[in-house]
Amino acid sequence: MLEMIARRLLIALPTLILVSIFVFGLQKLLPGDPVLVIAGEERDPQVLAYLRELYRFDDPIPLQYWAWIKQVVQGNFGASLRTGASVSALIVQKLPVTLQLAAFAMIFALGIGIPLGVFAATRKGTWVDSAVSTMALSGLSIPNFWLGIILILIVSVNFRLLPASGFVSLWEDPWRALQTMIMPAFVLGNALAATIMRHTRSSMLEVLSQDYVRTARAKGLFEPAVVWKHAFRNALIPVVSIATLLFGELMAGAVLTEQIFSIPGFGKLIVDGVFNRDYSVVQGVVLCVAVGFIAMNLLADILYVIVNPRLRGTR
Amino acid sequence: MGVVERQVADRRDVSATVPVLDVSDLAIRFAAHPPGIHVADGVSLSVGPGKTLCVVGESGCGKSIVSLAVMGLLPKPAATVTAGAVRFEGRDLLALSEHALADLRGDRMAMIFQEPMTALNPAFTIGDQIAESVVRHRNCSQAQGRARARDMLERVRIPAAATRLDAYPHEMSGGMRQRAMIAMALANDPTLLIADEPTTALDVTIQAQILALIRQLQTESGTAVVLVTHDLGVVAEVADEVAVMYAGRVVERGPVADIFDDPQHPYTIGLLGSMPGLGKRLGRLAAIPGSVPPPEAFSSACRFASRCPFVTARCTSERPPLRALGVGNHRVACFEAPVETISGRVR
Repeated sequence: MLEMIARRLLIALPTLILVSIFVFGLQKLLPGDPVLVIAGEERDPQVLAYLRELYRFDDPIPLQYWAWIKQVVQGNFGASLRTGASVSALIVQKLPVTLQLAAFAMIFALGIGIPLGVFAATRKGTWVDSAVSTMALSGLSIPNFWLGIILILIVSVNFRLLPASGFVSLWEDPWRALQTMIMPAFVLGNALAATIMRHTRSSMLEVLSQDYVRTARAKGLFEPAVVWKHAFRNALIPVVSIATLLFGELMAGAVLTEQIFSIPGFGKLIVDGVFNRDYSVVQGVVLCVAVGFIAMNLLADILYVIVNPRLRGTR
Repeated sequence: MGVVERQVADRRDVSATVPVLDVSDLAIRFAAHPPGIHVADGVSLSVGPGKTLCVVGESGCGKSIVSLAVMGLLPKPAATVTAGAVRFEGRDLLALSEHALADLRGDRMAMIFQEPMTALNPAFTIGDQIAESVVRHRNCSQAQGRARARDMLERVRIPAAATRLDAYPHEMSGGMRQRAMIAMALANDPTLLIADEPTTALDVTIQAQILALIRQLQTESGTAVVLVTHDLGVVAEVADEVAVMYAGRVVERGPVADIFDDPQHPYTIGLLGSMPGLGKRLGRLAAIPGSVPPPEAFSSACRFASRCPFVTARCTSERPPLRALGVGNHRVACFEAPVETISGRVR
């Protein structure tokens, strides 16, 4: 197990380097001159030349990359080109916000998707199965932004049940945090719930036809034990890795969801960064997300081994 | 002991005891087949305490589906029992609720399957899977279940039983897994064990060990065994009674000596003739011409008629009943039996 983790970490290293090169290079390909962004209203050629010199924008790109990556590995992503604030500080400040949103959305998606998937699989071909599948299809088809706006309109504006926007940390005020998180988590999580439900259903259907499920019944186990212990434990294996790999989708969805509900998180940081041509912010945030993605892949591998004894080394 | 004496002895045995399992006129159909087609059609079987009944037939003859029906494990809703009765220790299993049937399964009657590679759950240890059955039926603690599991692993002669408890199925060989399956099935001392081709997927040397093991555990515990197989060598080895199935029907049944020494149904005769023997090869191995009809083509008359060398007009229009023949419990579903009357009349 430890050996496996070590091996995966080693594999992750070149991936990380590639990602960092890509993130850095992409920025250089974007149109627009960052110096003009920094200079703001100032158009004096001397000032511009000075800034160019200061930020080494005229250096060969590999040299620029080297200078940047040297700082990055020390945890320093530089300063925001627009505000001068430390990018690392911004990330540390915004990351917990998005993590909270992502966690709520994931809990919602798993809490709805898995039971519904099992439920549909055990009632395959009945109206229950069709109803659940229809629900999943609509969950996948409804665009996030539309759902978010409609929810705000109905729940917050018309009925005044939940706050329409804002963010409260779970550690400060759990109850208020829950209230502000319900709608964003639902908006972000419903497509994931649908994906997880569909995978759970097909995985369960496959497992329920296995010989060992018949063995479990032959032992005289009651149907709930057959389904939830013997079948589910095996059906979970592919679902676990899919759920972890949905992290990317979660991040993409968070960008939109945070805009709709004015949540000051990662998504908002990156959107503002792109619009402001704040290169150092975008680089830092994208690199962070990439690291997160690699970490989730590693987590998927580890969970996969935990739920699947066949992958563990023999004692 | 000669054939006749053994027949007499067998008859006395059967009359002296109530059968553990008594299946009568069982009919099973698949929803996917055209109406009126039954994959098991009027199947009657019975087995006494401590006895072994072998159900023999080619693949697709309905032998496995009958054993699943007895256990109440028919795939739902694809297959349903449409007629007949299954009496187990005097109780009508078909009339029991799902709950009451589950209480019997794994406790009073148990089953082992053909594929030890897939019949055990890959996500749980052997010990967990055996203990689970014990805890389920004996309302005992997890520790007691585990202790029983260890005892059972020792009884099926798995070496280092105590450490094997924590092994996962994938860490064991096919033969060891089948031993573990047997340990699981017999953990609650059932009165009936149904073994559906338990040795088919195993190496020949392992087959013999597994059969000997079943046999020995049976003598120790007095469990009645229904052994479903297509291997006549296995039948000769372990059977007390034999039921030969063809295309969903029992065509001949009786004590093993009668079936092997004096087969009456043309199909049984063909089956025995197609069994390779040891020693010098005498020409080509005999084969029954033609093939088993698919369920869609099952006729309501004799289903063997199209392949039978003794076929008459009656065979293609009327169903031959399973009737008693001479002494003992030998029964055959053929108009032309006993064979003495038809010898020399081969088509």
